[in-house]
Amino acid sequence: MKILVPIKQVPDTATQVRVAADARAIESAGITWIISPYDEFAVEEALRIKEKRGQGEVVAVSLGPDRVKEALRSCLAMGADRAIHVNDPAFADADTLTTARALAAVIKQEAPQLAIFGRQAIDDDMGALPAQVAELLGWPSLYWIMEEAIAADGASIRAGRQVEGGLEVFEASLPCVLAAQKGLNEPRYPTLKGIMGAKKKEIKDLKAADLGIAPEPPQLSVARLESLPPRPPGRVIGGDVHEAVRELVRALREEAKAI
Amino acid sequence: MANAFWCVVEDDRKGYPKKVTAEVLAEARRLSGGTAEAVWLTDSAQPEGLMRLAEWGATKIWLVEHAGLAPYRGEVWAPVLATLVAAQAPKAILGAVTSRQRELLARLAARLGVGFAADTVALAMDGDTLVATRPVYAGKLLSKVTWAKPPWVATLRPNVFKPAEPVAGREPVVERPAVTVPDAMLKLVERREEVSTGLPELSEAELVVSGGRGMKGPEHFVILEHLASVIGAAVGASRAAVDAGWRPHRFQIGQTGRTISPKLYLGFGISGAIQHLAGMRTSKIIVAVNKDPEAPIFKVADYGIVGDLFEVVPALTEEFKKLLAK
Ligand SMILES: Cc1cc2nc3c(=O)[nH]c(=O)nc-3n(C[C@H](O)[C@H](O)[C@H](O)COP(=O)(O)OP(=O)(O)OC[C@H]3O[C@@H](n4cnc5c(N)ncnc54)[C@H](O)[C@@H]3O)c2cc1C
Ligand SMILES: Nc1ncnc2c1ncn2[C@@H]1O[C@H](COP(=O)(O)O)[C@@H](O)[C@H]1O
Repeated sequence: MKILVPIKQVPDTATQVRVAADARAIESAGITWIISPYDEFAVEEALRIKEKRGQGEVVAVSLGPDRVKEALRSCLAMGADRAIHVNDPAFADADTLTTARALAAVIKQEAPQLAIFGRQAIDDDMGALPAQVAELLGWPSLYWIMEEAIAADGASIRAGRQVEGGLEVFEASLPCVLAAQKGLNEPRYPTLKGIMGAKKKEIKDLKAADLGIAPEPPQLSVARLESLPPRPPGRVIGGDVHEAVRELVRALREEAKAI
Repeated sequence: MANAFWCVVEDDRKGYPKKVTAEVLAEARRLSGGTAEAVWLTDSAQPEGLMRLAEWGATKIWLVEHAGLAPYRGEVWAPVLATLVAAQAPKAILGAVTSRQRELLARLAARLGVGFAADTVALAMDGDTLVATRPVYAGKLLSKVTWAKPPWVATLRPNVFKPAEPVAGREPVVERPAVTVPDAMLKLVERREEVSTGLPELSEAELVVSGGRGMKGPEHFVILEHLASVIGAAVGASRAAVDAGWRPHRFQIGQTGRTISPKLYLGFGISGAIQHLAGMRTSKIIVAVNKDPEAPIFKVADYGIVGDLFEVVPALTEEFKKLLAK
């Protein structure tokens, strides 16, 4: 079974992000880059499926600039078999839809039985790509997956998605798109052997032309990035516990009107 | 009506629209200057449900009622919605951040070839285009986005937008367009309900009580549940509490958990790491109780108590009881 895992490289959440001079992107200098955490759940799940079935191929894919190779290399170190880097300046201002079209084109070429995404990338927090790629491919999609099991014959999948108030378990014939939620698994760390082995694995570069697509102008654009407006300064309530609590409840009722 | 602002109805699966729909409808009305149309895909709509939509300000309701629409499946719903859009040419299609609509509206936008803005916290007209504001980079920045062309497709974060005040006596105007409902590829095999806590659902709750590593163990969460039941709040947790196995994953608040925006958030024994703040910093009022005066959560808190939560929580529960008994 071939499994494709689209991953995004994002700034480490602990790094400070600063708005760039044009106010439409962030300053890229000084940023530590990581694989978006949900995508690590996706890679891990793909590896587990392969290990459980005793055969198969896990292919990591990312669209982005040169730095993205490092994230793909980490996926290879975790155990992915090979990687595809959609690396073309024509995608520099790609929005979600353009990225979805490119990833759908990769999936058409590779024809995997399964594509496992993260539920959202933690930089833009859009959470839209898995659905959009599935729509473009005409595949079913299951969001916020907490558990999954592939049928022994490899033809269908059972997966549980988190919804308000419970979990819905669905069955689908493959191919299918999954979007991984935290709780699906605990991602492994690359071993030293894995890191060494990753150096010999293939990362294939693809241009838009290789995918037979011409990127279109974005449908959604960032007009401005802004810092958060500061929250009004808060108040620490002193006194003994009972006084403090009484004052807190009074303030919540009378000042904040929150209760 | 061409150029209409549409609100995709989120219902309770029993035939009634949820409160978040009142928020989306109010916003659609405000932006359009008074007309907002509801689109409701469901297996069964209750007459009082339709009434409620009218009272919330839906000037028209596009209702597709079909057994094939339950349970929600993206590959079924997106083409149905797209067919309606093609026939009516609305200007905007607004929904709520819910388990179904986050996927549905993304699919719809891909099908229509237009932009999609997820999880917006503010919307405004700039001349004759829509500008949406959305938190990005763990909520550290706000991004203002615009569309190249309509229809503008977006989801709205629950509890952020002001809900419509119901106006009694408005009669629903219901259109039942004939639409083919495609066959589903997904088959529901099981729905596991959470054991009902009697408390509201985390992402919809107006009041949230949340515990972190300072809770010291799963057995102590009962004091938060007690507090929560007194004021009618949901109980959430930090990742540290979830990863320790004290609470199930679905209760995690933060970047790798739920995003919430309640009227009141009360955090106990939570330090306020950036990844936690990402999930709750748009809460209207934030209260922090922590024994460390340097805990970063105090930087975003409107009210703080420096103290031991094991003393504060029971005292606070009693004080709320007294207040609410009045
Ligand atoms: C990629 C990534 C994603 C993450 N996603 C999330 C996420 O979604 N949500 C999330 O919450 N975290 C997330 N984290 C983890 C985050 O960085 C913090 O580690 C976590 O939020 C800490 O949880 P905490 O505040 O409960 O624990 P701690 O940081 O250990 O804080 C415990 C606090 O309790 C106080 N305390 C202890 N005892 C008492 C007492 N008796 N009375 C009062 N106060 C007391 C202490 O003073 C301390 O401030 C993520 C981290 C990473 C790297
Ligand atoms: N540039 C990209 N290249 C490959 N996969 C991506 C890219 N951006 C997003 N993804 C995938 O799509 C998921 C959702 O992303 P988003 O819709 O941007 O929140 C991520 O978790 C990744 O699995």
